[in-house]
Amino acid sequence: MNKDMKILIVDDFSTMRRIIKNLMRDLGFNNTSEADDGKTALPILQAGDFDFLITDWNMPGMTGLDLIKAVRADPRLSKIPVLMVTAEAKREQIVEAAQAGVNGYVVKPFTAATLKEKIDKIFERLETK
Amino acid sequence: MSEPREMSEEKKYYLTQARALVENIEQGNDSEVNSLIESISKFHESTLFQEVGKLTRQLHETLNNFHVDSRVEALTKNEIPDAKERLNYVIKMTEDSANRTLNAVENGLPIAEELKEKSNVLNKKWRRFRQREMPVEEFRELSNEIDNYLSWSVIQSEKVRENFSHILMAQDFQDLTGQVIRRVINLVQEMEGNLIDLVRISGQRMKKEPLEENNGSDSKADGPRIPGCDSHKDRLSSQDDVDELLSSLGF
Repeated sequence: MNKDMKILIVDDFSTMRRIIKNLMRDLGFNNTSEADDGKTALPILQAGDFDFLITDWNMPGMTGLDLIKAVRADPRLSKIPVLMVTAEAKREQIVEAAQAGVNGYVVKPFTAATLKEKIDKIFERLETK
Repeated sequence: MSEPREMSEEKKYYLTQARALVENIEQGNDSEVNSLIESISKFHESTLFQEVGKLTRQLHETLNNFHVDSRVEALTKNEIPDAKERLNYVIKMTEDSANRTLNAVENGLPIAEELKEKSNVLNKKWRRFRQREMPVEEFRELSNEIDNYLSWSVIQSEKVRENFSHILMAQDFQDLTGQVIRRVINLVQEMEGNLIDLVRISGQRMKKEPLEENNGSDSKADGPRIPGCDSHKDRLSSQDDVDELLSSLGF
C-alpha cells in the first residue's frame, strides 16, 4: 500500500474529519484533503488524482451515497476505492451502499483498529486483483 | 328614514320588530308589547344556538381529522418517545466521551511527569560527567541508568501516544450527538407546526393552511443507532453484523 496516496475525507462534521485525518496520519498516510459534503467533494475529486475516498453517508447538500453513485458514473473516477464511514446501519442501507459500489463499510462509532482493518482489506483485495 | 343598503335577514327582522315594538308602546298596547319582546328574544337565542352548533360541529370534525392524520399519530406514538430516547442517548454519549477523555488524561499525565523527572535526574548527572566531575565508578552506574531509562522510555512514550489516541477517538461523540440533536430539532419544529394548526382550528376564524411536509432532510438516512428506539429495530447492532451482511453480498 502506497503511504503517499492521496486521500479525500468527506464528512459534514469537522470533528469527525479531524478524527479520521489523525487516524490516517497514525497509519502513516499524510496526504489527506477534506470536504464537507458530496457537492463540494465531487469537484475536488474531479480536479485532483485521488487514490482513495473516505465518506460519510448522511450529509446536507449531497449525501455520501449519491457521491459514490456520481463517482462510479464518472469514467475518470470510477476506479477509486471508497470506504464508507457512517452511523447508518440498516440492512437495506448497507445493501444499497454495496450496490452503489463501496469497497468497505465502517459503522460509527468505530475504533482505530476497525478503520485500519477495513483499509488494509480494501487494498489487499485491490492488489490481488 | 333611509335603510342601509346591504342588510342581513336577521337585521331586517330586528328592524321590523323594533318598529312594531315602538308603535305598540306608544299606543299603550301592553299585551302586544310583551309578545313582541318574547319573540325577539326567542329569535336571538335560536340564532345564537345555531352559531354555537356550527362552531361545535366544525371543531369536532377538525379534531377528528386531526386524529386520523397518520403523521400526527406517528409523532405522538413513536417519535416523541423516540426523541426522549435520542436525548438520553446524547447525555450518555457526551458522558462517555468526557469519561474516556478524563481517563486518558489521568493515565497519561503521571507517565509524562515520570518522564520529565527521570530525564531531569539523568540530565544533571550527564552534565557532571561532561564537565569531568564524575568518578569512573559512578559513570558505570550512570551508564546502566541510561540503559534502563532508554528502554523504559520507549514503552512509556508509546503509552502516552495510546492515551492521546484514546482522547482523539473520544471526540466522535460530537458527530453522533450532532446528528441526533438535528433530528430532535426537526421533530420539535414539526410539533410546533401541528400545535399552531391546532390553535388555528380552535380559533376557527383563521384560515387553515396545509400542514407542511417535514420528514427531515433525508428520509433514507436516520442517524446513529440508539438502543431502545422503536424506529431502529431493523438496524444491525454491530460492525460484525455489518461485516457478515457484506460478506454474504460477496464482499
